[in-house]
Amino acid sequence: MSSATKISTRRDILGASALRPDGSAKVSGKFEFSSDLHAEHMLWGATLRSPHPFARIVSIDFAAAYKISGVEAIITAQDVPGKKTYGLIASDQPVFASEIVRYVGEPIAAVAADHPETCRRALAAIKVEYEILTPITDAEVALLPQTMQIHPDGNLFRHQRIVTGDQNLQGDVIVEGTYEMGMQDQAFLGLEAALAIPDSGGAGVEMYVATQWLHEDQKQIAACLNLPIDKIRLTLGGVGGAFGAREDISLQVHCALLALHTSRPIKMQYSREESFYGHVHRHPAKIWIRHHATRAGVIQRIESRMVFDGGAYASTSSAVLINGITHIQGPYRCSNATVDGFAVRTNNPPCGAMRGFGVVQACYAHESQMDKLAVACGVSPVEIRLLNAMVTGDKLITGQVVESVAPVARCITETDSIAMPAPLAHDANALEIVGGSGLTSLPHNIVRGVGWGVSIKNLMYSETFDDFATARCQLQDGVVHLKYATVEVGQGFVILAPQIARSVLGVDEVVIDPVDTRIGSAGSTSASRQTWMSGGAVDGACRLVRQRLFEHVGKIHNIDPLRLVIEDTDVVDMLGDFRISVIEASTGVLIEETFEHHHRPTEELDANGQGNCHVAFAFVAHRAVVDVDVELGLVKVIQIATAQDVGRVLNPIAALGQIEGGIAQGLGLAVMEEIVLDNGKMRNPSFTDYLLPTALDAPQVVAIMIEEPEPQAPLGAKGIGEPPCISVTPAIAAAIRNATGRDLSRVPIRPQDICL
Amino acid sequence: MMPNTEIYNLKVNGKNHEVRDAWVGESLLYVLRERLGLPGSKGACEQGECGSCTVIMDGQAVCSCLVMAATAIDAEIKTIEGLSPDGELTEVQDAFITEGGVQCGFCTPGLVVAIEHLLNNNQSPSEIEIKEAISGNICRCTGYGRIFEAVQTAVATRRAGK
Repeated sequence: MSSATKISTRRDILGASALRPDGSAKVSGKFEFSSDLHAEHMLWGATLRSPHPFARIVSIDFAAAYKISGVEAIITAQDVPGKKTYGLIASDQPVFASEIVRYVGEPIAAVAADHPETCRRALAAIKVEYEILTPITDAEVALLPQTMQIHPDGNLFRHQRIVTGDQNLQGDVIVEGTYEMGMQDQAFLGLEAALAIPDSGGAGVEMYVATQWLHEDQKQIAACLNLPIDKIRLTLGGVGGAFGAREDISLQVHCALLALHTSRPIKMQYSREESFYGHVHRHPAKIWIRHHATRAGVIQRIESRMVFDGGAYASTSSAVLINGITHIQGPYRCSNATVDGFAVRTNNPPCGAMRGFGVVQACYAHESQMDKLAVACGVSPVEIRLLNAMVTGDKLITGQVVESVAPVARCITETDSIAMPAPLAHDANALEIVGGSGLTSLPHNIVRGVGWGVSIKNLMYSETFDDFATARCQLQDGVVHLKYATVEVGQGFVILAPQIARSVLGVDEVVIDPVDTRIGSAGSTSASRQTWMSGGAVDGACRLVRQRLFEHVGKIHNIDPLRLVIEDTDVVDMLGDFRISVIEASTGVLIEETFEHHHRPTEELDANGQGNCHVAFAFVAHRAVVDVDVELGLVKVIQIATAQDVGRVLNPIAALGQIEGGIAQGLGLAVMEEIVLDNGKMRNPSFTDYLLPTALDAPQVVAIMIEEPEPQAPLGAKGIGEPPCISVTPAIAAAIRNATGRDLSRVPIRPQDICL
Repeated sequence: MMPNTEIYNLKVNGKNHEVRDAWVGESLLYVLRERLGLPGSKGACEQGECGSCTVIMDGQAVCSCLVMAATAIDAEIKTIEGLSPDGELTEVQDAFITEGGVQCGFCTPGLVVAIEHLLNNNQSPSEIEIKEAISGNICRCTGYGRIFEAVQTAVATRRAGK
């Protein structure tokens, strides 16, 4: 025992750049991703998919496929013992299509065989006869009353209006535009994969799967298999990125069904092409928007019509729509609004969650408008945004008051303070010049442009959904065990959870137990929510354990527990000399507590789109500098400057990694990433044809993290995952407009949009 | 059992492996992962676009998804598992952890192999040489910033160690 105050030098508490506990395994190839799993006597599973966007299935002939040596089972809709459909919000998607296929890639049957090549041959040998229908691939056409209903639930997933304030107000300055966004793919690297092991006797399934939300998968699988929920036990298989694409069911039900059907372990793994067909994408959207403002540029009213193409099945379209319409004002004050939003069913591939969730589309539209407004009012892009920047206490167009810390103006001014990049050097390496090593760009054709984007993003789930998180903390002999179902997709909760335990309990050693369904739900790793929600649950469980540790120490040493605090790795009497190490204090005792963190309740929107539907908000600003070859239409993003409202930095390196990674995805959406659709059919479902940013496309990123701790958040920290990818896209688009003088109302911006 | 199967030998990480009853159409990536118990190389595109499956074959960095395993019988193959056989991480691997170059980690083995290959051929690569060397390795999580830092750190550590 010592009365000297120790200064903490521990690098692994909150605020430090603690290192990934899974880092060593990941850099040496030893980390087990779901695609690396094996079981004795396992079979491979594969999926037969529709080649047509809209067709009636006339007949299916499996005879030739069954004759292939090594084929063990073929299952279809009639082999689904429980619910024939699934879905995150509305259960409208068939496990297997039996009568009608509604998109290219829709599953029709699944095969189990001894080798992936046997599976491929079996799928090729199944003969399906179709009666081809004319696909409805334009969302506006799908909405027309005379258009055929694609699904018994109709062609409209959801319509919602926001009507508030003066509906007739006309501004002295009016700017309007129609903005479009293509379909983006999450393109995580680790393909969909799972291993399902049937219980002996077929009473249940043990499943290892890469997902974003174990308990939601468990619920949906159990319903389709008609088994009690505890008979489907899920353990997280290592996840190679997610970005929204693993929130919906993909192969989970098929894999579990094949395992029960064959009584053998089944491994399923999608190819890259199948992955494009097998998961939902970012919604393509068409947004008309009109701003009314004073001559000085103060926004008075917005009018907007927003149409999101949800593809063939509902997924999360209704929630994406609400995010879109409730964020269309951007991070700017506005009291009068008329907004009409539609999420529509078409025969395009289904769309759902992707990082930014509806706000990416809205932000591209409102930021394009802000630049138009700046021009119309004769002020700069920075001035128009500062003039309208919202602050804490402002009322949104939904009537909800922004209670979150809202440093919008600070995001803008701090971004503006970041030094501009040096001009393109005359002797620059070819790879630093737009056009690259082909030396295609002539110096006099290269024009530099600058553009801005600022955004607001809701955190956690909305509209009355209680997406709570559960965590259990055990302390014994100075070692903490944490148990939760929080999915690590790469974002770093696996680093954060031990940081929390070390900070609250003064321990060094923290063990994370297997992430599975043997504890309550943690909710989804999405909506920038796990630091807040699961972080809050881990923090809460650790605080309960700490309280019991203090009671235990107080009883033995006859000290009022209220006088005890954790100082570094010791329990200390803050009013006396007593000090004991946490290791010593917890030797021979086991303290265990479980905590559920719930965010504050939210409300539905009423018919006029009024209601406190969101939990909290985060803000960010981006400034893009680009070089454009105006003759060839080529673009190189040189620098992204950003200041992000993070609440509190819990791990500087991990936070920077989220910011840089999000910026790369937003860059992709601005200039290269699009699933090209031709009458419902994907033209580019491969990494050869779907272009992703490479190391040579990565711009210089200069990031400032604005720390104004959020009072509502358990750790003072806001979610930081989504904001980086939201306003960077309009910032880059604006920079290209600045360089070219072109209108460019659609992203991704292609060479032909610039030079033709 | 699949038709057209063969028995052949592969030399991986200095060790001879007999491959039995393998369909001749299998890629080197498939054989490493599914037959030889070496799942460190990852498959993410099957088209040589993403670099997750990068291995060193006779001194060249190649995408093992594009190599037919049965054509690699005379080659010296080195995979991520062969970089730190005794468990001690290389400077590159260590720097990936300390600089935050790892998020989901799926691209990491391929990137580590590609960067080891770069540094074995060029001890002081310029920033643009680093970018070019790893431009065949796609990372979807990091935006590459921390990976560039990791390479710079590994270069400095290797130089200091000499």
